[in-house]
Amino acid sequence: MARVRLDTVRKVYPNGFEAVHGASFEVQDGEFVVFVGPSGCGKSTLLRMIAGLEEITSGTLHIGDRVVNDLAPKDRDVAMVFQNYALYPHLTVYDNMAFGLKIRKFPKAEIDERVREAARILGVEQVLDRKPKLLSGGQRQRVAVGRAIVRKPEVFLFDEPLSNLDAKLRVQMRTEISRLHSQLGATMIYVTHDQVEAMTMGDRIVVLKDGEVQQIDTPLHLYDHPANQFVAGFIGSPAMNFLSGRIDGSGDALSFVADETALSVPLGASDASLLRAHAGQAITLGIRPEDLYVAGPTAPNGSATSRWTLDVVEPMGNEIVLYVSSGPHTAVARVAPQPIPEPGTDTDIDLALDTSKLHFFDQETEAALTETPTADLA
Amino acid sequence: MAKPNSTNLGGMIWAYAVLAVFAFISVYPITRIITVSLRPGDRLLSTSLDFIPDGATLDNYRVLLFETPFLRWLFNSLLVSVVVTITGVALASTAGYALSRYKFRGRNSMLGGLLITQMFPATMLLLPLYVVLINLRLLDSYLGLVVIYSATALPFCVWQMKGYYDTIPPALEEAARIDGCTPWQAFYRVIFPLAAPALVITALFSFMTAWNEYVVANVVLQDTAMFTLPLGLKMFQNDMSTQWGLYAAGALLVSIPVVGLFLILSRYLISGLTLGAVKG
Repeated sequence: MARVRLDTVRKVYPNGFEAVHGASFEVQDGEFVVFVGPSGCGKSTLLRMIAGLEEITSGTLHIGDRVVNDLAPKDRDVAMVFQNYALYPHLTVYDNMAFGLKIRKFPKAEIDERVREAARILGVEQVLDRKPKLLSGGQRQRVAVGRAIVRKPEVFLFDEPLSNLDAKLRVQMRTEISRLHSQLGATMIYVTHDQVEAMTMGDRIVVLKDGEVQQIDTPLHLYDHPANQFVAGFIGSPAMNFLSGRIDGSGDALSFVADETALSVPLGASDASLLRAHAGQAITLGIRPEDLYVAGPTAPNGSATSRWTLDVVEPMGNEIVLYVSSGPHTAVARVAPQPIPEPGTDTDIDLALDTSKLHFFDQETEAALTETPTADLA
Repeated sequence: MAKPNSTNLGGMIWAYAVLAVFAFISVYPITRIITVSLRPGDRLLSTSLDFIPDGATLDNYRVLLFETPFLRWLFNSLLVSVVVTITGVALASTAGYALSRYKFRGRNSMLGGLLITQMFPATMLLLPLYVVLINLRLLDSYLGLVVIYSATALPFCVWQMKGYYDTIPPALEEAARIDGCTPWQAFYRVIFPLAAPALVITALFSFMTAWNEYVVANVVLQDTAMFTLPLGLKMFQNDMSTQWGLYAAGALLVSIPVVGLFLILSRYLISGLTLGAVKG
């Protein structure tokens, strides 16, 4: 197993399009790192550069102790699982898994042992002599993973491997890949556009947008302390609510006032001390849907109540999702099951914002203004 | 077309009636040739509709095989056709691959150029080809024929192979290269076997181009011993009289290798043709 280190790795296509702008980070030995971002953010390009399928325009890429910029894919000791599985259609499952070992001239007995071991781990022993077209989607995916693990490579690369599976199978394979990671203890890099996969599987997440790394962090830290508005909006479902406005008041009595409405949120002491310098400036407030409550006894202490128009109610059973609006602003709230009035243009509802869970972003740079956890400041 | 529906008896009868008519149109000429080849003497026209004629004899076949250079011509045709086929498959499979997968300077002009060569009829090229062959001292040689036939068949075959490779996901080669293949290994261990239907069409097309060709062969070959089958058969047709019996027997024997090849390769051919249809 090995570390993967990228040092200002760039990818510029011949037509001048810069797919990756100088990415620098390190994937630790045995770590499971997820690249996540919307389509076109450069996450697959980055993975393909690590695999050796795309040339690196500039910067250096280390796998283990070697600089591998100019090494062919076969010499990098990586294995990759493709989105469309890329199983060899003319070979049986057994031969698909054995292919890489045969090319590398492993002894027959060892090939057999490794293929059968991988088949056992992945539960595809029964289909070893079938051709890929006779397999279900889930089985194909397992064979594709099996083809990677028989090689025992230094690094595993996954390129959106679950996106062709149905929802139920996807959840199942997700846990299987996570289990495989803990079994093998291998370095794994996983590309997905699905933030749920990123949150549930990754030891760390690399969030990308327009070819630039936005933030690299553990899933929970990313969720609680997004570095900018993009990360805040991308991680979490439903997405974080954003309200544009400004900081008003003086001394410790600061509050956030939303544009064009009467919406006003008094700031807690810690937020206030950080945001004093931004008083009068245009900023964006972010609050996650679960940090909004129906005003009343269930709302947490220190929350600020505001009045919204209730547009849509989605009862999910374990929770209720409320879509509310106030002037130009819209918001989503996830609240505990409780009696909720019928939605309509004249139905108002009082929501409490948990003021200890507020996020603030600069409207120009979109950078977070309260990066440091408030708990640490107290 | 609507799906055939077994409950719709009238439709079935109609479909079979149409098929029967076309089957008859296809098969009838062949039955006539068989009849003529079995008929004693050289009577082409007869009022008899018997499949087996009166006094049927295999004499024409005996004469054809043992008293004419037919077997020599068969050998010549096979030699030229097989060499053209091997050349066509080897060059078209690799050239098509390069044109499908790699971006290089001149790629589009090359594809366009290959298409343009298909616009000129072979007869128009006869004179320039003749001059080229004289200069290369390839007149009256198998090699001369092989060069011309390969050149004629290649543009279509290259396009055809390129079109097929375009349908094979590049992820397969990428997987192979990560699995440890060099680019060449990825081609011949993964892509080449998958291109079997297109290779079969390329092989058949190259073979038939050489096997059936008359006009160019007539210009290039002068020595009777070098003749290919179409030229040889034409020899039975003289200014004064035509040996129809020999001609018919020869025509039947000439078609046997092609029919055989089709039967053997039809399994691959059908998927290849279907694919061609989808690709347009």
